[in-house]
Amino acid sequence: MAQVDRQQWDVVVVGAGGAGLRAAIEARERGKRTAVICKSLFGKAHTVMAEGGIAASMGNVNEGDNWQVHFRDTMRGGKFLNQWRMAELHAKEAPDRVWELETWGALFDRTPDGRISQRNFGGHEYPRLAHVGDRTGLELIRTLQQKIVQLQQEDFKEYGDHEARLKVFQECTVTRVLKDGEPGAAGAPPGRRPGGRVSGVFCYERESGRFFVLEAPAVVLATGGIGKSFKTTSNSWEYTGDGHALALLAGAPLLNMEFVQFHPTGMVWPPSVKGILVTESVRGDGGVLRNSEGKRFMFDYVPDVFKEKYAESEEEGDRWYEDPDHNRRPPELLPRDEVARAINSEVKAGRGSPHGGVFLDVSTRMPAERIRRRLPSMYHQFKELADVDITAEPMEVGPTCHYVMGGIAVDSDTAATVGVPGLFAAGEVAGGMHGSNRLGGNSLSDLLVFGRRAGLHAAAYADGLAGAPPAVSQAEIDAAAEEALAPFHAAEGAENPYTLHQELQTTMNDLVGIIRREGEMAEALEKLAGLRARAARAGVEGHRQFNPGWHLALDLRNMLLVSECVARAALERTESRGGHTREDCPAMERGWRPVNLLCRPVEPAPGDPAADRIVLERTRTEPVRPDLLALFEKEELVKYLAEEELYE
Amino acid sequence: MSTYDASFRIWRGDAEGGELRDFTVEVNDGEVVLDIVHRLQATQTPDLAVRWNCKAGKCGSCSAEINGRPRLMCMTRMSTFERSETITVTPLRAFPVVRDLVTDVSFNYAKAREVPAFVPPRGVAPGAYRMQQVDVDRSQEFRKCIECFLCQDTCHVVRDHEENKTAFAGPRFLMRVAELDMHPLDAAEEAGLDRKRTAQEEHGLGYCNITKCCTEVCPEGIKITDNALIPLKERAVDRKYDPLVWLGSKIRRRADT
Amino acid sequence: MATGTEPPRQLTGVHDASRAAIADRHLRTDRWWLAPAVTAAGLLAFIVYSTWRAFANADYYAAPYVSPFYSPCLAENCQEMRGGPNLDLFGSWWGLSPALLILVFPLGFRLTCYYYRKAYYRGFWASPPACAVAEPHAKYTGETRFPLILQNMHRYFFYAALPVAGILTYDTVLTLRNDRYEWGHMGLGTLLFLVNIALIWAYTLSCHSCRHIMGGRLRHFSKHPVRYRMWGWISRLNTRHMQLAWASLISVALCDFYVYLLASGAFNDPRFF
Repeated sequence: MAQVDRQQWDVVVVGAGGAGLRAAIEARERGKRTAVICKSLFGKAHTVMAEGGIAASMGNVNEGDNWQVHFRDTMRGGKFLNQWRMAELHAKEAPDRVWELETWGALFDRTPDGRISQRNFGGHEYPRLAHVGDRTGLELIRTLQQKIVQLQQEDFKEYGDHEARLKVFQECTVTRVLKDGEPGAAGAPPGRRPGGRVSGVFCYERESGRFFVLEAPAVVLATGGIGKSFKTTSNSWEYTGDGHALALLAGAPLLNMEFVQFHPTGMVWPPSVKGILVTESVRGDGGVLRNSEGKRFMFDYVPDVFKEKYAESEEEGDRWYEDPDHNRRPPELLPRDEVARAINSEVKAGRGSPHGGVFLDVSTRMPAERIRRRLPSMYHQFKELADVDITAEPMEVGPTCHYVMGGIAVDSDTAATVGVPGLFAAGEVAGGMHGSNRLGGNSLSDLLVFGRRAGLHAAAYADGLAGAPPAVSQAEIDAAAEEALAPFHAAEGAENPYTLHQELQTTMNDLVGIIRREGEMAEALEKLAGLRARAARAGVEGHRQFNPGWHLALDLRNMLLVSECVARAALERTESRGGHTREDCPAMERGWRPVNLLCRPVEPAPGDPAADRIVLERTRTEPVRPDLLALFEKEELVKYLAEEELYE
Repeated sequence: MSTYDASFRIWRGDAEGGELRDFTVEVNDGEVVLDIVHRLQATQTPDLAVRWNCKAGKCGSCSAEINGRPRLMCMTRMSTFERSETITVTPLRAFPVVRDLVTDVSFNYAKAREVPAFVPPRGVAPGAYRMQQVDVDRSQEFRKCIECFLCQDTCHVVRDHEENKTAFAGPRFLMRVAELDMHPLDAAEEAGLDRKRTAQEEHGLGYCNITKCCTEVCPEGIKITDNALIPLKERAVDRKYDPLVWLGSKIRRRADT
Repeated sequence: MATGTEPPRQLTGVHDASRAAIADRHLRTDRWWLAPAVTAAGLLAFIVYSTWRAFANADYYAAPYVSPFYSPCLAENCQEMRGGPNLDLFGSWWGLSPALLILVFPLGFRLTCYYYRKAYYRGFWASPPACAVAEPHAKYTGETRFPLILQNMHRYFFYAALPVAGILTYDTVLTLRNDRYEWGHMGLGTLLFLVNIALIWAYTLSCHSCRHIMGGRLRHFSKHPVRYRMWGWISRLNTRHMQLAWASLISVALCDFYVYLLASGAFNDPRFF
């Protein structure tokens, strides 16, 4: 029997990025004792990597902007697969969430009349992104972090303890969401009993390797994405799909996991930095893409649905920067999926740069001083890591795995997961908001809008259970502890977790990457089965104190589960849409528009590690509310909606 | 593409003790020290403890001391060393060690809590904040800070004198005080909080002898000493050591300067 | 590197029991000692030279040049300088070199200057000798106590430095005469003095206290556009404060030495016109 420290909290937030911190602030302000648990140090979450800005239709730069336009852009970007209610809430609430940051001390770049400045970005009709140079994510995370500190200072005044009502457990990892319900047989996998409610989380502290349990009726998952399952990625080591896997293991389904965004511009050279993000602001501020022949190839890749919205000539595109009202934007600012595919095609056609990318040049548009001011961290990044001076020469860029649109299926208004009472999800880990493709800048606003909603509704849910919180059973704790310690008990011939991880990344990158084919995806599923079998034998050296090998071995379970979801859903969806491109089914099929693919865990979990873990279920999306549909022209809707939807 | 074998000495151990251990490890074109540490993990020392996140100089996690100098491992390119050179990597030496290259940086989080937060101006609704770019420039420079804590590590006030840790906030958090004091809308003064005075009296500004090591190590290139610490010292002088300013402020209490 | 011959471990600083157990005071492999050594040597050389010249009480005037060390000359025992900076404020009781009366001000200005503080804390006090190199002192209280708390007086010395720089400007104007006090002439010395006064002003105005007084203390630059512009200029100068500190230190010594050479007859001032 595992003796572990148990603590009681009202709300536990897993993840301390933008969504997690915003959720925690909300829950704490609603009077709930809130614990935040994060894998890294407080303030290091992946949100700091976000560069471009926060999309919110404040209309500071162009007064024509409002939530309806933002909503339209978001739906178009997501190719109408978005959970429309989320897109609506997001567009409506984003300005308030940004303004609120200012009252917490955030300092955005300003317009001449002293308001928050907004910049252009791919897929956004108006300048819409509140930003701070190209380090907006850092500003966001620091502001939220400092808001949390401020709440802790209040608690210190009141209770003499900074952590009385809001505590950050940094460098801790959750391996299981615990549930109550009918007691299972001892040793049965935890979290599998049907009908259970959330009762807490099982965690280990990285520094000591010590296990502990946070008991809480409400848990918010805000763990971010899955990029570390791919070789070329802009994501950090934390992005191992933890929240996705925790939800699945607790019985909550994932939605549309086939949609993975490949950001068109990642660094391609030197190899050690391959994948590191080159912000879309470079293009928003006038950067152009050229192939090895010097041609601005994006003009050849404007798809039919966007034909009327983008410039047809370089001259028109150039004029747009000065006079956006009378010219159309250049195609470099198409949604990310379009640009990424175009770059991929150019490289494949042999018109790529020396290191297998294309050229992105901002040096001809702006004077050096202006580039250094508007894109300081890009300037720094290329100078330091690649010896390239972006004020004088072009960058080499290529697609990199950046974001997963799919995620935990949630209720649009409350961020509650489907089928697991007490479990909420917000941010990248939640699905639906962005449909098949996310627009740049919509991520940070998503974190704030739905982070707050998740915190709000988790607090309300916890209120309803006050006095009678669901109990945590010792059997569950024991099973979770046993699972977590398994890598230390690996027999002879144990597998090296680092090797397994590299093979997984190669598999996903090569076989379920930016361009997909049926045969390759089937092959990927086979390989994943093999990797699962080997991962069951993963073993580690050393002891439990800050042991990265052990941590990786535990993360492998999550990455393998999520990868299986991605591969299985991608194989099922026989069309190309947004972040899912199939060479064998290149067209967007209107018939697939109203189809959601849900990934559910196989119940009960099979004993054989190589057996399938995931089953797919097709569901129909909820029809878009008529007043929202009315925001679009009929001719545009015809391009997206399925035949039967048009007559509804 | 060229590859060679480099000699590394990496400190391994924990609070009980430890030592520098020698490794020979492959290096490829364009790699940084963090790549080499990862290669060691994957091939020779799977349990080598190291903190890292973004690997792009944006999160400030992979702080360590390379050849005795506080640096981010992800931003230290191997090409800056001679191929024959032995590269020594140790944990930050101003903080308690946890294991291998990982240190306990809780000192910094404790100090962060000691700096009173931004005080929003009364009667200004969210969305009604108006600030000019020239008025936010100074604080924005300080907000570039990625909290890598290299400045806290290199500052001799605490690095060489453990006993000063209670009294001294360190460059990072003195800079935070400066950031808030220069924030165009911070209403601390109206709320009865004098940041200029507390910088000296509560956060230990007087310990700083402006020897500029914080500025030297800052990976974000923030001019910590010239733009934050010295201006803050001058502001403390305004409050505490300048009778002319004191007299002037008594005579005509201007609401806004 | 651990050789086993180090002194016994101190119990504080990098050798505190909680820190990573590394015996060396530092692991730097570059020539970290070079900068503090050069700084210390440079400052020392100036101190030796200026002490000699300040106490010498001789060879400080060679018409039309007056050594900046002796200007303004505040006692009765000053050499008569026609049209020059004779300001007999102290009368006859002062028997020592008159340089000592005035040098207090520039000395105080430089002694409390934020750059020189860095230079001598590192170079002379080894506190710290270089970044991430452990300092040899067991205790450290910085500028929190007497006497170092007096460093906060810097702005008063800045105020005092302004009239001194003004008088040196006046002296420089006087160098546009020849040795018969006729205007409109120039010699090599004039050139030296011009360079020197430009550097003195640049150093004085690039001072951190000046930057603060001119605009740094403002909260809203946008409401004080003129002061903001001045702050901007001073800020740009201020980034060169170290270079200006050294350049003006050398130039002032050179000017004095030049006057010494002329006054002692070792050299004749080449006249341009």
